Amino acid sequence: MRKLTRRALARRGLSAGILAAGLAPEMLTSRLAYAQAPAKPAVAPKKGGTLNTILTPEPPVLVLGVNNQGPTAIAASKLYQGLCEYSFDLQPMPKLAKSWSLSEDKKTYTFRLQENVKFHDGHPMTAEDVIFSITKFHMELSPRARPIFANIKEAKSPDPLTVVLTLDKPFEPFMLMFDVTACAIVPKHIYDGTEYRTNPANQKPIGTGPFQFVEWQRGNFIRMKRFDDYWAPGQPYLDEIIYRIIPDSQSRALALQTGQVQLTQANDIEPFDVPRFRAMPNLEVELKGWEYASQLSWIEINHRVKPLGDVRVRQAISLAIDRNFIRDRLWFGIGKVATGPIASTTKFYDPAVAKLPGPDPKAAMQLLDAAGLKPDAKGVRFTIKHLALPYGEVWMRLSEYFRTALRQIGIEVVLETTDAGAWARRIGDWDYETSVNFLSQYGDPTLGVERSYVSTNIKKVTFTNTGGYANPKVDELFTTAREMGDTAVRQQAFTAVQKILCEELPQIWLMELAWPTIHDKKLHNVIGTAMGPNASFDNVFLA
Amino acid sequence: MGGARFGRFLVQRVIKMVAMVFAIIVANFLLVHAAPGDPASVIAGEAGAADPQFLAQLRTQFGLDQPLSTQLWIYVSHVAQGDLGVSYRQQRPVAGLILERLSATLLLTGTAFVLAIAGGITLGALAARRVGRTSDSLITVLALGLYATPIFWVGLMLVLVFSVWLDWLPSFGMNTVGADLTGGAALLDTARYLLLPGLTLGLFYMAVYARLTRAAMLEVASQDFVRTARAKGVPEGGVQRRHVLRNALLPVITVAGIQAGQLVGGSILVETVFAWPGIGRLAFDALLARDYQILLGVFLATSVLVLVFNLVTDLLYAWIDPRVEIT
Repeated sequence: MRKLTRRALARRGLSAGILAAGLAPEMLTSRLAYAQAPAKPAVAPKKGGTLNTILTPEPPVLVLGVNNQGPTAIAASKLYQGLCEYSFDLQPMPKLAKSWSLSEDKKTYTFRLQENVKFHDGHPMTAEDVIFSITKFHMELSPRARPIFANIKEAKSPDPLTVVLTLDKPFEPFMLMFDVTACAIVPKHIYDGTEYRTNPANQKPIGTGPFQFVEWQRGNFIRMKRFDDYWAPGQPYLDEIIYRIIPDSQSRALALQTGQVQLTQANDIEPFDVPRFRAMPNLEVELKGWEYASQLSWIEINHRVKPLGDVRVRQAISLAIDRNFIRDRLWFGIGKVATGPIASTTKFYDPAVAKLPGPDPKAAMQLLDAAGLKPDAKGVRFTIKHLALPYGEVWMRLSEYFRTALRQIGIEVVLETTDAGAWARRIGDWDYETSVNFLSQYGDPTLGVERSYVSTNIKKVTFTNTGGYANPKVDELFTTAREMGDTAVRQQAFTAVQKILCEELPQIWLMELAWPTIHDKKLHNVIGTAMGPNASFDNVFLA
Repeated sequence: MGGARFGRFLVQRVIKMVAMVFAIIVANFLLVHAAPGDPASVIAGEAGAADPQFLAQLRTQFGLDQPLSTQLWIYVSHVAQGDLGVSYRQQRPVAGLILERLSATLLLTGTAFVLAIAGGITLGALAARRVGRTSDSLITVLALGLYATPIFWVGLMLVLVFSVWLDWLPSFGMNTVGADLTGGAALLDTARYLLLPGLTLGLFYMAVYARLTRAAMLEVASQDFVRTARAKGVPEGGVQRRHVLRNALLPVITVAGIQAGQLVGGSILVETVFAWPGIGRLAFDALLARDYQILLGVFLATSVLVLVFNLVTDLLYAWIDPRVEIT
């Protein structure tokens, strides 16, 4: 019952959105360009005020590491901090680390920590906490950090404000592992020697962030207040941040429209609602801030299912899809068309080789003919199942578009729907033919791209190489890129691997995703780094 | 009725209820575990990165590596000791989570319930007294319209009018966060937030009761004892109140008893549209996350309350209509 009505709700919104966009596409693009222009008069920071915003879905806990899902990061990044942040072009910027240096042999990293950093319970933060967080806490909890921090041979603190990490061998993307979402610094005195996941302190998070936890009424709101002992002088500016839990997307849009909240982020607002918020003079729509995550979406292909293992079939599917249509009509201009396995905002992206031809249904049909897949009397060459991604309305639309696009080249697509739990289980069990998936790239292909294509990562777990693609040359190139400390050598390997993957299409890449951050123009400094709304907000102010 | 007989009735019913609750627990447990996916795979799916060690750690922590029969035995024996377990995701006791949400739910559904009964019976009685006239037609059309309109649509329209256009009432939530109100001010604040969701949920049931009351009253009004009452000179108001309405209330109580059972389950739709932190959403989110412990806890709590409300309804019958005997 609920599902039906929610769909009906979203359908109304969608048709309204299509109308709006259809009437004035050139207006849409011009506004897009306007939103990206950085020309903004400088406003002097002002103290005080409460920021009301939205969090959806509600996270289970607010301790990064114990839980790493998107909404957790959005709220917990105000309570915890990492050693660095990253600029839009992914250069590390100081946060809890004031500075750092790398030894000649590229194996030893030395971090100098900020002075006067305190946890919310008054304990000073020292090198001990940093080493504990890296080598124990996240090492045990985080599947993302584990394989990388496992290379740390030795972690020392010559003095309370210096951390020296020595690696087994050089690892170039190492510096990309220290933002709050990858490695939040947690208090050693609370967690050491305990069961991290069940520690009662998880209910009242203690970090070093500019805001401290006050209250969480489940299903209602999370409230944080200014941390008076915050290390950066004068900051933070806001008195309070309140995250309201609003499960319905139309109710969220209303909350923003009526000014009951001053900020929405991530997937709070459905793409089809964005055009009308662009038109509101008091609101600003920003699309930057996702460069670190750089999520890439694709049609997930199970290579074990015939005839999807045939490269010509995958090329045909790719040629049948109009990615510009997906960007303009499903995502309403938010995000970019994918050109290959590496997003254009991730390091080592090579525009010279990363190219996806199309759309060209005729060429697609020729490829299918050549593969011996002739249409039957009804014009159907073969039938495949497609497991829609249960993450909201727009993904359902995408799967419906996929079915339509493939029908025109004679492939019958049967849609299957499920919920998030069953989806994750079925992808992890390789129990699907095609689906939709999107993964974060974390700035460097070794961190976020390699895992989906190397044969050593074919595992019965979600977000591994679940499709089962295997090519020894690709394995070798990714290994070279991982193990070489030299940037030029790595670029060579990544260029070669992008070329191969664009030809073999192990997955059918669709979009480089971006999410709109919509805020009241009175709210300043919202998006200033590649972390987007996962920044600490210590410099955000209302004026 | 005799005190002894009443006591025996109660004991019998309570024994039956305990047996049913046990059957419900086992059936729910098996059903919940039959859904594809488990909490570990959901958490892994949300994290955006996973490895086999991560999944194994979670399953061991949640006790999901044990055989199903062992898990069932552990669960039942804990429940028997009054322990509903700990939520997998939130790492907090389930009983506390449910209690936290139950008050919000009861406030919403209770308000809607009172509103629906009071408004519905009044409107129904009015319509029955003026049967065939314009006011009857108006009430009937209104009731039919409310009955046929999807509940979320009514909610959105109310929000559109009272929050967006008139800007009188907040469109979501349960209280003003950060205002730190106490006493009367806090009550008034919550009432402002309660009005729209309470009305949305109440209007639907109000329509049900109005139609039910009208039909039942018209049926009773044509019976002999009503004519007799009029013949012996009982004033019209008294006839309607004491003879017609009271006899017409039995079907209303039947439906109200069923609805009362649903009160504790909350209303996922209204709670979702108005971001009301009720138990319906707790259960729904737990279902999506495969948080078995919360789900089973909510099922158990609601089924126990449904059984209790059924008992109360049976007793009410006997009170309103002495011809009904409890056996």
